Amino acid sequence: MPGLKKLHLPWNSLGLIGVLIALILFFSFMSDYFFSTVTFRTLVNQIPALTVISVGMTYVLLIGGIDLSVGSVMALSAAVVGVAIADFHLPVLIAIVCGLAVGFIFGVTSGFVSSHWKIPSFVVTLGMLEIARGGSYLVTQSETKYIGDPVAFIGDPVPVVGISAALIAAVSVVIVAQWLLSKTIFGRYMIAIGTNEEAVRLAGINPVSWKIVVFAIAGLLAGLGGVFQLGYLQSADPNAGIGLELSAIAAVVIGGTSLSGGRGSVVNSFFGVLIIAVMQTGLAQLGVSESSKRIITGLVIIAAVLFDQYREPLAARLSGKNKRIPTFDDN
Amino acid sequence: MTESLSTPVNSGDLPVLLDVKALDKTFAVPVLKNLSFQLRKGEIHALMGSNGAGKSTLCNIIAGIHQPTAGEMYFLGEKYTPNDVKAAEEAGIRMVMQELNLFPTLSIAENLCFKNLGNKFGIIDSKRLRERATKLLDLVGLDDVTPETPMEDLGVGKQQLIEIASVISEPIKLLIVDEPTAALTDPQIDLLFEQLRKLRDQGVGIIYISHRMDEIQRIADRVSVLRDGQLVATEDIKDIDVETIVNLMSGDLDSHSISIKPGIRPPKSCVLRVRTLSKVGAFEDINLDIYSGEVLGIGGLIGSGRTELLRTLFGADVADAGSLRFASDDFLFPRLMRSPEEGVANGIGLVVEDRKSQGLLLQKSLLRNISLSILPQLTNKFAVVDKQREHDIAVEIAQRLAIKFDNIRAPIASLSGGNQQKALIARWLLRDLPILLFDEPSRGVDARAKTRIHELIREQALKGKAVIVVSSETQELMTVSDRIIVLSNGRMAGEFDRASFSEEKLLEASFRFYNKSSPQHKTNDKEQQDVSPTH
Repeated sequence: MPGLKKLHLPWNSLGLIGVLIALILFFSFMSDYFFSTVTFRTLVNQIPALTVISVGMTYVLLIGGIDLSVGSVMALSAAVVGVAIADFHLPVLIAIVCGLAVGFIFGVTSGFVSSHWKIPSFVVTLGMLEIARGGSYLVTQSETKYIGDPVAFIGDPVPVVGISAALIAAVSVVIVAQWLLSKTIFGRYMIAIGTNEEAVRLAGINPVSWKIVVFAIAGLLAGLGGVFQLGYLQSADPNAGIGLELSAIAAVVIGGTSLSGGRGSVVNSFFGVLIIAVMQTGLAQLGVSESSKRIITGLVIIAAVLFDQYREPLAARLSGKNKRIPTFDDN
Repeated sequence: MTESLSTPVNSGDLPVLLDVKALDKTFAVPVLKNLSFQLRKGEIHALMGSNGAGKSTLCNIIAGIHQPTAGEMYFLGEKYTPNDVKAAEEAGIRMVMQELNLFPTLSIAENLCFKNLGNKFGIIDSKRLRERATKLLDLVGLDDVTPETPMEDLGVGKQQLIEIASVISEPIKLLIVDEPTAALTDPQIDLLFEQLRKLRDQGVGIIYISHRMDEIQRIADRVSVLRDGQLVATEDIKDIDVETIVNLMSGDLDSHSISIKPGIRPPKSCVLRVRTLSKVGAFEDINLDIYSGEVLGIGGLIGSGRTELLRTLFGADVADAGSLRFASDDFLFPRLMRSPEEGVANGIGLVVEDRKSQGLLLQKSLLRNISLSILPQLTNKFAVVDKQREHDIAVEIAQRLAIKFDNIRAPIASLSGGNQQKALIARWLLRDLPILLFDEPSRGVDARAKTRIHELIREQALKGKAVIVVSSETQELMTVSDRIIVLSNGRMAGEFDRASFSEEKLLEASFRFYNKSSPQHKTNDKEQQDVSPTH
């Protein structure tokens, strides 16, 4: 796989791509409308927010943490941007910077409180989830704020390229985040902290500051997700993103990132996002009810984790050898 | 005091309870060698020996935790081969562990009756629990605590007493207690001894492990001394004195030779002054000068504060009092290391004791484990790691330290203990820090790797580094060190230069502050004078 190696895809990306292609073929076969530009456009509009939030979640899970606040933080950031434009008549770019700043501040706070005082990030971000949700109701006065044209450019297709600015930005985030993870010292430290934080500390590296950076990135990306969401809906909904943190965790876990930390890939999380999005769109086109869709999604998440857990013994059995396939950790 | 209860027993007349014959046990290295030992009915039999003499291994085998590699045991005349703790318990053999096995959030009563909590419907029978717990608490003199108290609210001493209470409340024939008094107060010790004597008088055979000579003289009927996995003597306690026991534990000095020559050393200069360093519950008032070009050994029994001292110098733990002064600023500023990061910034590296849980990234590769501490030196201005250089440097040092590996990218968990340890050392050698601390550098490694590690430690001193080595093996300390200090119960109990090394003196010093069963870290003036350096 020399070509793949150049792209720096982790070896198990192949399986995810396979699943994705299988899903697309399945839905194309089952429905005449699936393989069309309409479907493509729906998909493309849906995924940017979930994609960038899943990137942040991948980082947080990599260091052995979790961030439950991302859905609410996304809603709050969108609300701040919306109010800044609609009520304070700020220039759009400045409003966006305010929104991103809100996400960043929430991330830094979660990271600082959980790392510095050694409180499980689960609890801290659960608190932040409530705070951000309350904040978004406060900012919007519990009403959906319509913005309209000023933010339409985020979701509209860019001329020539044909896809939205949000998707271009989201894919760029995936690429940069994967590059940071596999090429830089920051990525190394994330993996090391997730593997054995005490060993990292006793190697003379301060894990606390790196963990804060990771949560800050996750918060910033949740803010960015809010901006994308705003561009897509052209309005700020204080109820947006409820349960989105769980979709992001699902995507990341389908992508093979370990919930106990130390192992994961941003690109694979992106494939996880695509698998979830394709499945949901496809099932909707088949006329599957919302309730059945959720049941199927739940089964797929569990199946993905089971497969991930047992892929090595399984691969060994399939290849007819008893030898365990060694795992190398270069990515 | 209840010493009058100690009716002298003519133990020679008592029948044999447990007969251990020619026991061998090998883990990575032989731990027990052809060991034979007899315990009689109705005696308290003290087991003594320095670190690694095989006391714990012997007791673990008797209690069914480990199985012997060779040899036989006879219990009440019948062949006894326990495959697990349950088999031993069914035979009536129980061990009270040094480390407690309790449920901290459950109540005392629930802990005491854990195997039999409910009635036949699985409902907790709190009245029965309470009655039984009250009875057991009275037995060990804890009548002032209520059975509903959560276990975690008690101090370690009381928890230990409760553990003992739960063991002795059942019908037993043989009891093993390992350092039971470490966390107990004097009245609690008196009560414990009273219970042990009562059991003895009922015909129970008791194996009593302790470092405290005075206690052994108070409670034991006979004493056996182990050394290097062999039984060197069994005597009636009234026929033996402390000096003889220490001599027996340390053994014949001439049989060991110091293999590594000191070598031509670069000029020594003081790089670090440690003054009145203290950490509550670990060590107190440590004063040390650390020299470049010298290997300083720290000896002492397990739990004497050696590991804690190293961790505090490095910044992994933070001291409660005292200071470090470094040559780098002419000893002007008193400091304390508050994090390992600070320790490294001040030129200190620590090769930790427990490499698996605190040192290595076990699931990650040898390459990643070696390069972890030098990544900032391997990056360009965008923080991108130069993988080629990383690989070359790791391969180079792996070869220099003779680390055996098939693929440098395979998980380090697949390597042997010796190679893992060398990888951990490699990580610190690459940092090139002036002060290197080693905690049990050769634990769990084979003989060849051990020799290589000793050479490495000596090389570092010859290169002008200041090196400190903590080891439980006196022989290892005497091999690698230029100077040895001994900690005893958290205090400096002696300092020896190479000319005055002797296993006997080191051992004697390491027992020094355990001789009083008074609370830790308290002493009178007479003893204080003994602490003065012996050279």
